Amino acid sequence: MSTTKVIVGLGSCGIAAGAAKVYDKLNALKEAENLDFEIAKTSCIGMCYKEPLVEIIDESGSFLYGGIDESKALELVEKHILRHEIVKDYVVKTDLFDTEEKDFYGNQVKICLRNCGFIDPESIDEYEKRNGYQAIKKIINDKITGEEVIKTMIDSGLRGRGGGGFPTGMKWRFAANSKSDEKYIICNADEGDPGAFMDRSVLEGDPHSVLEGMIVGAYAIGANHGVIYCRAEYPLALKRLYNAIKQATEKGYLGKNILGIEGFNFDIYIKEGAGAFVCGEETALMASVEGERGMPRKRPPFPAESGLWKKPTNINNVETWALVPWIIVNGAEAFSKYGTQGSKGTKVFALAGKIKRGGLVEVPMGITINEIIFKLGGGIQNDKKFKAVQLGGPSGGCIPSYLGNTIVDYDSVNATGAIMGSGGMVVMDETTCMVDVAKFFLDFTRKESCGKCTFCRVGTKRMLEILERITLGKGKEDDIQTLEELAVQIKEASLCGLGQTAPNPVLTTIKYFRDEYEAHIFHKKCPAKVCKELLTYTVNAENCNGCTVCAKNCPTHAISGERKQIHFIDQDLCIHCGVCYSKCKFEAIEIE
Amino acid sequence: MRIRRIKPEPKVDEVLNDVDISLIDPLIEKYAGKKGNMIPLLQGTQALYGYIPGEAFKKISEKTGLKISDMYGVATFYAQFRLKPAGKNIIKVCHGTACHVQNANEITDALKESLNVKDGETTSDGFYTLESVACLGCCSLAPVMMIGEETFGKLTGKEAVKIIKEIKMRESN
Repeated sequence: MSTTKVIVGLGSCGIAAGAAKVYDKLNALKEAENLDFEIAKTSCIGMCYKEPLVEIIDESGSFLYGGIDESKALELVEKHILRHEIVKDYVVKTDLFDTEEKDFYGNQVKICLRNCGFIDPESIDEYEKRNGYQAIKKIINDKITGEEVIKTMIDSGLRGRGGGGFPTGMKWRFAANSKSDEKYIICNADEGDPGAFMDRSVLEGDPHSVLEGMIVGAYAIGANHGVIYCRAEYPLALKRLYNAIKQATEKGYLGKNILGIEGFNFDIYIKEGAGAFVCGEETALMASVEGERGMPRKRPPFPAESGLWKKPTNINNVETWALVPWIIVNGAEAFSKYGTQGSKGTKVFALAGKIKRGGLVEVPMGITINEIIFKLGGGIQNDKKFKAVQLGGPSGGCIPSYLGNTIVDYDSVNATGAIMGSGGMVVMDETTCMVDVAKFFLDFTRKESCGKCTFCRVGTKRMLEILERITLGKGKEDDIQTLEELAVQIKEASLCGLGQTAPNPVLTTIKYFRDEYEAHIFHKKCPAKVCKELLTYTVNAENCNGCTVCAKNCPTHAISGERKQIHFIDQDLCIHCGVCYSKCKFEAIEIE
Repeated sequence: MRIRRIKPEPKVDEVLNDVDISLIDPLIEKYAGKKGNMIPLLQGTQALYGYIPGEAFKKISEKTGLKISDMYGVATFYAQFRLKPAGKNIIKVCHGTACHVQNANEITDALKESLNVKDGETTSDGFYTLESVACLGCCSLAPVMMIGEETFGKLTGKEAVKIIKEIKMRESN
């Protein structure tokens, strides 16, 4: 039996980066040369920027190699596996020595992601080996009552990780107190925020932790049916969930009289979302499960009294459910020792945008934004200037660089005008135009508005029209004021979270980057050089060698000039398409 | 995700009977009478034909008693459903936040030019349909696109065009 184990990270990101090819290559090498090592799969390891990732575990320790393509895989086999030489250049993480990537994982505390990257997500045995299904066993062995479970959740201070931040234990108590012969539990896996992918990673990497959390919840609340509402855009997550439910049912964790407890019946089925962002809102989600258009309903009655099929229902998101088993096994205090007064525990963030180390990080609440971006994230790509970070997706806002010392907890982030949201963190640099970003989000919410409330349906459209004309250089003097007025009206007159938060990206960018709006409106300039209509293209006489490429490619023949002569752009004919800029090989086209 | 899709133009001469509508019989049998069956019925129908043919609405309505207006309401509400056939391969270009700031527009523009279609349209040979989607969840590889179940990351316009040309060559041979 071999002692060397090779593990390839096969999450969606890894596969997109070529991990499946690396896995196949390693398998082929093993077969062809009859090599003595074990090969295994895991899911997202979190270091998305170093994908594909290959971990080699042998008698000397564990070595995580990053940026491995097929040829490097061959090198690893030749050197590490056959000759036991560590290929130091590619090592991104090991316990034996520090690597350049130490800052990325050094500050992380992995509770939600405790198994991601460590286990084969398609194996229930591997989950069980890492304390899996111990929470429900503990409850049964120690005869812990449902009320005691709820108390533990309240003591842990866990707040809903989907964005709302409502205390989870309290929510459970409401549902537990409702009397009904049937109760439902829902896992919200409709991760629709553009820029967030932590739920996908958890579902792909550790689906059993979500199931176990739901089983614990069902026990505490007295629910007999569970629904996982998952986006159809996540095929791999769905596949692994179906597999996990099958395995858990076979082992008796789901079904009738679970683990021998008379009358504890609980089943879980998956509802594939059909693609509508508003279904992340709990009442819209329930309408969608019932097979209708996903439009929100009026509250009260709250889902805890009358939810899915008019039965008491409790909804939490993926990350919340995945934390539950850990809290039960380790106790409320082990969780609440992390974090701040009002926000306990850890939070997973999806780091993306113009950041050096994009990926999935889990950090204790209370860490500052600067620490996440500069320490864990390694700073801004190409060492450009950090401008803002977008938190909370289309419902959130942009926090400017000078507020980088803001700590991440629910209350501090809310105070800036952004929201914690589900944890998407998109980093922006000096080349990002904030008006364009606001326009982008509003375009998204306008398309996703279900149309029920007039202010959300029409108001977002009107706001978008104003933003569009600003970016086209046709902004009017009172546009900023009109935007602010509309924003307040939409917030106040919308039924659900989508409308109530839709203006946030506009309001925060106006609050922190008013000068950029003014530059667009009054000076017809885009400081970040993004809004094409506001740019002026000119020829730099020193760099131009008269190659005629720009003139040949200009769609409106706005560029004139003889061969080997300096060219000239006629501003009246120029349509700001940028073709000359992208075609010029001599950096002779300048943008202002 | 809501996808900007070109509205189907009702053609008078459209051949409605070129689909074998009996394929949905087992599906109707499975879901008839169950609560919350409308979306699974439509999803199942689309899985069979690649879109929801008009005849299917009529048949499901006759057999299950669901109202055509309700079904049409649901089918047009969710981005997943199509009411006219799509190309053999669907190119989904991600326009999530991370992809947007990493210039996803360049990818869409390059593909539009190369395929000679607008966003949401199908090429004349029916090989590709080009779509913009909101987020594929591979943000750290931005900008990305997905063809079938395969995701391609860290793209430029040129690379995206190269990929679609390669797939077409591979499948034509």
